[in-house]
Amino acid sequence: MRYLPHTDADRQAMLQAIGVGAIDDLFRDVPEGLLLKGPIDGLPNHQPEMDVERHLGRLASRNLPAGAVPSFLGAGAYRHHVPASVDHLIQRGEFLTAYTPYQPEVSQGTLQALFEFQSQVALITGMDVANASMYDGATSCAEAVMMAFRVTRRHKAVFSGGVHPHYRDVTRNLVHFTGGTLEEHDPDPRGAEDLTGSIDGETACVVVQNPTLFGHVADLSALAEAAHQAGALLIVVVTEVVSLGLLPSPGSMGADIVVAEGQSIGNPLTFGGPYVGLFATRQKFVRQMPGRLCGQTVDADGQRGFVLTLSTREQHIRREKATSNICTNSGLCALAFTIHMALLGETGFTRLARLNHARATALADRLGEIDGVRLLNEGYFNEFTLELPGNAAAIVERLAGRGILAGVPASRLYRDRPVLDDLLLVAATETNSQDDIDAFAAALAEEIAR
Amino acid sequence: MTKQTMNRQGRPSQAGGTGAEAADTMATHTGDRALMVEEKLIFEIGNPGSCGVDLPDPGDLTPRLGGLAPREGIGLPDLAEPTVVRHYTRLSQKNMGIDTTMYPLGSCTMKHNPRLNEKMARLPGFADIHPLQPASTVQGALALIEELADWLRTLTGMPAVAMSPGAGAHGELCGMMAIRAALEARGERRTRVLVPESAHGTNPATAAALGYSVDAIPGTADGRMDLEAFKEKLGPDVAAIMLTNPNTCGLFERDVKAVADAIHDVGGYFYCDGANFNAIVGKVRPGDLGIDAMHINLHKTFSTPHGGGGPGSGPVVLSEALAPFAPLPFIVSDDDGLKLIEHVGQDGHGAESFGRMKGFHGQMGMFVRALTYMLSHGVDGMRQASEDAVLNANYILARLDGTLSVPYPGPCMHEALFDDGFLKGTEVGTLDIAKALIDEGFHPMTMYFPLVVHGALLVEPTESETKRTLDRFIETLAALAAEAGTEAGARRLAGAPYFTPRRRLDETRAARNPVLRWTPEADLAEAAE
Amino acid sequence: MSTVRYSEDHEWVRLDGDIATVGITNHAQEQLGDIVYVELPEAGRTLERGEEFAVVESVKAASEVYAPVAGEIVELNEAIVEDPSLVNASADKDGWFVKIKVAGPEALEGLMDEAAYKAFAEENG
Repeated sequence: MRYLPHTDADRQAMLQAIGVGAIDDLFRDVPEGLLLKGPIDGLPNHQPEMDVERHLGRLASRNLPAGAVPSFLGAGAYRHHVPASVDHLIQRGEFLTAYTPYQPEVSQGTLQALFEFQSQVALITGMDVANASMYDGATSCAEAVMMAFRVTRRHKAVFSGGVHPHYRDVTRNLVHFTGGTLEEHDPDPRGAEDLTGSIDGETACVVVQNPTLFGHVADLSALAEAAHQAGALLIVVVTEVVSLGLLPSPGSMGADIVVAEGQSIGNPLTFGGPYVGLFATRQKFVRQMPGRLCGQTVDADGQRGFVLTLSTREQHIRREKATSNICTNSGLCALAFTIHMALLGETGFTRLARLNHARATALADRLGEIDGVRLLNEGYFNEFTLELPGNAAAIVERLAGRGILAGVPASRLYRDRPVLDDLLLVAATETNSQDDIDAFAAALAEEIAR
Repeated sequence: MTKQTMNRQGRPSQAGGTGAEAADTMATHTGDRALMVEEKLIFEIGNPGSCGVDLPDPGDLTPRLGGLAPREGIGLPDLAEPTVVRHYTRLSQKNMGIDTTMYPLGSCTMKHNPRLNEKMARLPGFADIHPLQPASTVQGALALIEELADWLRTLTGMPAVAMSPGAGAHGELCGMMAIRAALEARGERRTRVLVPESAHGTNPATAAALGYSVDAIPGTADGRMDLEAFKEKLGPDVAAIMLTNPNTCGLFERDVKAVADAIHDVGGYFYCDGANFNAIVGKVRPGDLGIDAMHINLHKTFSTPHGGGGPGSGPVVLSEALAPFAPLPFIVSDDDGLKLIEHVGQDGHGAESFGRMKGFHGQMGMFVRALTYMLSHGVDGMRQASEDAVLNANYILARLDGTLSVPYPGPCMHEALFDDGFLKGTEVGTLDIAKALIDEGFHPMTMYFPLVVHGALLVEPTESETKRTLDRFIETLAALAAEAGTEAGARRLAGAPYFTPRRRLDETRAARNPVLRWTPEADLAEAAE
Repeated sequence: MSTVRYSEDHEWVRLDGDIATVGITNHAQEQLGDIVYVELPEAGRTLERGEEFAVVESVKAASEVYAPVAGEIVELNEAIVEDPSLVNASADKDGWFVKIKVAGPEALEGLMDEAAYKAFAEENG
């Protein structure tokens, strides 16, 4: 067994040094009859690498990779090109196999990268401070609402119908246990929602997504003003961070907390996880922010260095009174984000955003030409909503059979909303070529004509 | 024939030379020392206009941004690829990792992270699939999740498992949410949760997050939870006991079955914190102990990499009583194959689910890695791994007993707990020993946890260490303990570490004046100095 | 003439007339280590004896501070929020936390005098 260094001779020598005759003597605290006599039935024994590879390879081959066909899926996860350097660097053993940087003297690599990450997130969101990441965008959103409850000492959150339903569901679940309420607004495929009338003196926060699930983009300044007048916080959700390279930042529009899914930068699709939740806020709220934080300081020789800080907010110290029960961050995914963002820089990030928007406009124009297909968006970034002349899920299934991954039917995300059954969410990124767009348009036209 | 001329360019090839200076006092012009270099922040080494990615020209953009003006000036630095690669490579060289160093962090299970895991996770059939693709195009992914779930159910002897929680603490939240949902379904609203004093902070934090008040149960003189004290705190208002087994002192809770019976007698539930599962995989099935829920840390027990702080994965095995309340989504099988149940009541499934815990389906990347590990080790290999983990910890405990102070008599499970009693009368504390260990080429053990002993040193070697490394570790700790007793030694230890990229860092300053990001003003201030 | 008393939670109270100044003892600040942050309540709040009213944070720990006397909070010491190191430097003087208006001298009943507190601190660590 290649992962186990001991030989039987080693084991014997060690048992002797301990002063016992057999390994089960060390398990003597296990209650009578509960120590298993041999390996558990029904599971295979150890295998050589090549056999394991064959097994996993077979499982992998039963999936259709999004890159193998024209693919236009979004709705919270986006296919972008990650430069080869990123994956190569995160696999360095000193990054991959290190633990949380609790011994900062030997973790300056991780810590400096986290400080760079926090700085990048603050810049792109237009906020003052960011944490060292959370599990994903949806859990970050739930944590943001909890934070708003703490800061305002109120317990009602107004939740826009433009926010991704997974984010809403995760938030609803967490809020349920704190005695808070979520005022959930209906799905808003046409981008017509106005939340200002829903804000009152009991509102802790208003949660909106920009661009929305359906792709609509908006100036949130007026909403921010209305929230602040009522003493409430504005929480802005971003599921496609590449949009921050082109759209005005949520911070510039008056957001108090910004939460985002960082997957688009540095991290492949991987069927939904692991991803990386971004969390940024204003300086005055920093002690209420959940999650890990990396801070700058000096060492005994006066040299600049980095440490985890403000840990007293966290579970291992505050225990019952912690800001959250969260323990980990999404370290390696945050590192991948940082490295990819470093490679892009100002020049590349802004260009990438423009490229995504250009692809999306080309796609929208091409699909809009198809008889019976209606584009619901006036504005969008790289994702928009089409109204099809028929059940979107059925059309998507047929197109999948033809080797086109056509986007996400709204009915996948919403249940018992027949009014949404004909809606299709379509995204385009820099990875979609003109050939992809043409193939999609042709196939869709044929399926509709049937 | 040409005459061979003598090569007059010989050079000395023996070590030593004419220089008399010792290496550690010698100065260099840059301040760097060969491979040990100072590395600035990316914001300080940017070169505006350069770029590390080649992207096609977007062309002239007529923006369709609903009237919003495109953003100007984010403030990110521009860097080319070689600069970025060198920067992060150099940063990596400032870290200790399992790949470079023995890393005996108690309760973290820093075992070897196999690279086969990484290779398999990067197969396009796993890495390049979108979570919302039609089920017909991802049958292999769904089958993998089911196969891993089957391993987890079988290894624990539990009937059900929730795969979606994103980390250990998230798994705790899942298990406790299921318990609360089960109680609500019975029409009950209980208010208390019992947690041993020795528990990890996530336990009371999770209970409090769900609106429970937390009662701490004291431990006994032999390091277990006090069963009598536990029974005294029981009542019909107790929702659950959250017990770590093996516990945070590295000991098996002998009374675990009595605990299970007692909590069930009052209609409550048994949540088991599975952080220390590595001690008993293949040796004991937690399901046989009477638990109702247990989270499993794939990044501890099942070798998925710690990545400098994540990502983890925290699936939760569930009893029959709790299974109906498991979160969304989960996988079912029908005539068309495998599919995801993502909504309450979808196709008649998940009617009582308490809802969704995170976006999408769970940490698929970690599932691939964990299954790769399980298939490689096999059930016989994992049993042997647990035995070796327990053997290694007991070897350390036995050989250091008498040199370091042992608060609870052995045998231990996969981790050995010491306290700072052996430093009494010296000027040296647990922290100094840990920092001195770094200079000796070891990552320190867990310090100051669990809180139930003073100045705790919790050592978990895992099954991945050789006997030679363990012997070296033991001898080093003994030498440091002896040194702590001398005046000169205490002074030396107080200043450790000496040979690291940074010496001890001022954490007070970091907390009093938090600087959590780079700013342009900070850069100008530094330039002015 | 002011009277000083001590609680078992390591707080001190100095009563002048009906105003009680409250802080944590020097022993407490030594145990906590470098204090990095203090969270004070709002003025005007009424406290019961033993009620938690403030939090003191060091790098590795957060400790609650409990009211040794009952009454209304009439003044806060913003200086320790600005500069938490003041609590370390001068715990029993400039590092005071709040001033509480009490009913009368009976508010100090049950608290320890200096000698008793010294003995208590030594015994209990």
